[in-house]
Amino acid sequence: MTTSIIHDIGYRHYEGRRLGRGYVLRSLYVHNLRAAFGLGRPARAKVMPFLLAAIMLLPAVGVVAAVGLAGLDRPPIRYSQYAVSLQVIIAIFLATQAPVLASRELRHRVVPLYFSRPVGHLDFVLAKLAALATALFALMAVPITVMYIGSLVNKMPNASRHLADYLTALLGCVLFALVLAAIGMVVAAFTPRRGFGVAAVIAVYSLSAGFVLIVQGLAEAHTNFTLAGWMGLFTPFNLVDIVQVRLLGAEPSAVAVAPGVLGGLVALLLCGVLVAGSIPVLYRRFRKAGLS
Amino acid sequence: MNATIAAITFRAMLGRRRALLLLVLPLLLLTLSVGLRAADVADLEVSAGVLQQFALATLLPLLALIAGTGVIGPEIDDGQIMYVLTKPTPRHVIVFSKLAVAIALVVAFGVVPTLAAGLVLTGNTAGVTAAFTIGVLAAGIAYTSVFVALAVLSRNAVTIGLLYALVWESLLGSVAPGARSASVQQWALSVADAFTDASVVTSTVRLPVAVALLAAVTVVGALLAVMRLRRLPVTSAE
Repeated sequence: MTTSIIHDIGYRHYEGRRLGRGYVLRSLYVHNLRAAFGLGRPARAKVMPFLLAAIMLLPAVGVVAAVGLAGLDRPPIRYSQYAVSLQVIIAIFLATQAPVLASRELRHRVVPLYFSRPVGHLDFVLAKLAALATALFALMAVPITVMYIGSLVNKMPNASRHLADYLTALLGCVLFALVLAAIGMVVAAFTPRRGFGVAAVIAVYSLSAGFVLIVQGLAEAHTNFTLAGWMGLFTPFNLVDIVQVRLLGAEPSAVAVAPGVLGGLVALLLCGVLVAGSIPVLYRRFRKAGLS
Repeated sequence: MNATIAAITFRAMLGRRRALLLLVLPLLLLTLSVGLRAADVADLEVSAGVLQQFALATLLPLLALIAGTGVIGPEIDDGQIMYVLTKPTPRHVIVFSKLAVAIALVVAFGVVPTLAAGLVLTGNTAGVTAAFTIGVLAAGIAYTSVFVALAVLSRNAVTIGLLYALVWESLLGSVAPGARSASVQQWALSVADAFTDASVVTSTVRLPVAVALLAAVTVVGALLAVMRLRRLPVTSAE
């Protein structure tokens, strides 16, 4: 890539084993994943992610306890409903942690330091996206897993049905994590000022959700359920719920979902566009920041 | 009030792309209003609903959070506040200047758009638009004061503010009636209720209590910020 010449002024050469691209990618991924939960950073940075993760776990533990004590034969919260019901907490987690991964290095202008090493721009961006997606997946999947283990411990009937629902919800969580990570990273990467990134990410979530809810409410009041369903495409949690319902066979959790398999396919396509589209945008952003 | 501090704060809040972020929020409200008006579904109930749910409950807390924490939080974080604190300016002047800027921003990007949205939606039927404009203004001042105090008190101000605005007011407010009564939003709704005859606007808090609480929260927030800024621990930025 570079054509410049490094003159040999007599230092010893490195002739050991090169650890290669995979090692770089893995290191960046692990570093960013740890940063997403504030690990390896002062206690102040750990408070919020772990507090939010604890809030995410609370309902699941409550459900397991309630099922065990009251002897219900199905959990009061469905597995696939969990992320949609607790979307506010997930959104706040995304808003606080996406800037940690995406804007901290931009703010302190240390991005060029990464690229002065054999770190590819694409690897850098992919590692960050994957780390945030993994953190979000863990945030959503751990409570669901607790609920599933609880159902096994409580010996609830229809074990196979539970397993199927649980696996469906896990797939849904993967999609939630990818879509949310893509949106959060892009928004945070363009608002490096401290506090603004958080506010910008939450603004995207909360305003889109508020906007869609009002239009859906009005559309349903005028019995226009088709419009209400399609409006769901414009807010992230409802968008993924459409895929969950129409393609994975879950029961709807959002206010309205787009009709038919077509609705599911369109929603899945939109998810794909969001995730795939975020990569070149982030690539350009960080490459530009790496030059300064 | 210190004009220099205010001017610098304005520049920090509106410089470069930041004004765009602030501008997008009210634009969405206006788009929604124009859309509803064009679709001819904007009756009194719908209009009051939009003004309450979107302008007062969604847009305003966000805007106040951005403005309130943005005027002072980043400066404390990166240590630039030292250049202001080491000048012979009284600390309360610093806080009041920043607070004034934040309130001005909330008025420009929150209160005025609410007025415009209300006028687009219903004109001023039953005084709903005027009522919500006043309610949003009252809530905006209280929110801003609280969030400025929060920004001086904690590094996690934005997250704590979000937890309050989204979890306490919206989530718990819909489940636990007790939490609903202890929220700026309900107090503002009570103020709005007093200015309109429309029965769609109701609050769980009575007007004198609401006004007293709004005033108390505003004053306590400002005082807390001043007191904390008097003995601000100067730690290195993370």
